[in-house]
Amino acid sequence: MKLGLVIDTDTCVGCHACVVACKQWNTSGTLGPLTDYQPYGKEPSGVAFNRVRTYEVDTYPNNKTINMPMSCMHCETADCVTVCPTGASFKRAEDGIVLVDQDKCMGCNLCAWACPYGARELDEAVGTMKKCTLCVDRIYDEQLPEAERQPACVITCPTSARTFGDLDDPDSQVSRLVRERNGYQSMPELGYNPVNHYLPPRHKPHAETTPGASLPSLTERFKSWLDKAVVR
Amino acid sequence: MHPALSVIFFTVVSGAGFGLVILTTGLGVLGGVPGLGANGILTALLVGVALATAGLMASTLHLANPKNAWRAFFRFRTSWLSREAVFSVLFYPCVALYMLGLWRTGGAHGVGLTLVGLLVLLLALATVFATGMIYASLRTIPQWNSPLVPTNYLLLSLASGAVLLTGLTVAFGEPPAVAATLALVLLVTAAMAKAVYYFWIGKPQGPTINTAVGPTRARIKILESGQSSDSFLNREFSYEAAAERILRLRLVVYLCAFLLPFVLLVLLLGTDGAALSLALALVAPVLLMVGLLAERWLFFAEARHVVNLFYGRQQC
Repeated sequence: MKLGLVIDTDTCVGCHACVVACKQWNTSGTLGPLTDYQPYGKEPSGVAFNRVRTYEVDTYPNNKTINMPMSCMHCETADCVTVCPTGASFKRAEDGIVLVDQDKCMGCNLCAWACPYGARELDEAVGTMKKCTLCVDRIYDEQLPEAERQPACVITCPTSARTFGDLDDPDSQVSRLVRERNGYQSMPELGYNPVNHYLPPRHKPHAETTPGASLPSLTERFKSWLDKAVVR
Repeated sequence: MHPALSVIFFTVVSGAGFGLVILTTGLGVLGGVPGLGANGILTALLVGVALATAGLMASTLHLANPKNAWRAFFRFRTSWLSREAVFSVLFYPCVALYMLGLWRTGGAHGVGLTLVGLLVLLLALATVFATGMIYASLRTIPQWNSPLVPTNYLLLSLASGAVLLTGLTVAFGEPPAVAATLALVLLVTAAMAKAVYYFWIGKPQGPTINTAVGPTRARIKILESGQSSDSFLNREFSYEAAAERILRLRLVVYLCAFLLPFVLLVLLLGTDGAALSLALALVAPVLLMVGLLAERWLFFAEARHVVNLFYGRQQC
């Protein structure tokens, strides 16, 4: 199994609901707490497993706003695991989820250095490295109804831009989405082979751009309006 | 990358210490350090071990959870940091045995002592190489992911060790011709390798924002980072030094680490006065350390982690 997320940048509206849901679930989950620094101070910040950033792609009139939620990609070639000197970082053989054993981590930061996606953040209050668990404490929880055995970010997404599944299974919904919508990986050239994929925006003209088309005369437009307005 | 003082101090000081041990042991195995007696060699080794230890102790300061530091010995198979830890810890009993042997025999190298000496030499070299490989193995930082990085670490370690050895030889009132000549050669080699490195990283050649955010050739710019203040990622990876400051510090590196020690050692080779020799031989290592601290600071400050692409940098 190769569990991961497929995120649709065409439908993501950048509402940060997944960020909040992730923080809420995980701060009291197995890896918690996700410490906040100066939560009521001038510069509040804190540990997060999931961050959404917004970009403008291309220039007018082809420009488009893209929201890119990023969490751990659960890479197939996870350098964060190979560089770890203590063995705290590991990748599960059964489902490919990358986790940090909080009891073994010595907080040397090397795994965060080795991660191209900024998925790992040191909890400066606890002194250990923390990262997305793909909600391993939800997805296998048999106490939950089956439909809810999904990561918190996926369940909460109001536009269903996030899909969770097994990317090893060619018939799963995530694999089909990647195939049909030209799903891509971030920075594939580094060779980490991230499991999470992104779906590019669909190509739709974002504004009426046909140049030089003159409007029909007022009489024609009145006639066509009348045709639509009068019901036989 | 954020230049952490503990790591800068660790790599410079332990590099010099291991370099001093490598040269002293190497020359010792080849038939004794010219100009230095058994006491001199033992002192040089002690200074080297003390410097290496000071550096290694400083390296634990950057750990956020040092109580788990003992676990760092267990991933030798994959992690260069683990390898560095293992090599450096194996180094201690070997160098202690070597020093004991030197003390017992008064510097005469039998087969046993030569073998122990070679082991010390290899472990010290391996430790410095592993330090360089910790950085060179990171594909996320194009300025580090290069064979020039461990090369520089090794050459700078050897050069600083040679300058220290020259200083110690003079301090013992002995003629420093061989040590100083060795130091001159190593300084020139290290300076050339460092110059090649600076030339190499001069042009951005890493991943771009286009492959990071989406596979498009169109121009991409960040509109919103999604956070109101810096996170761990920005504090750790987004450090950026002003170009002027970088240029000024590179000048410090070339002057203090290479040119001035070179000139001082040339003067040392030409002088007969004991007081002047001592002054020259003691100022050179101090200048070199200042230059190397600047060099190591730049090594971190000039490294651009690819996570910056997600915060709007166009190329790393």
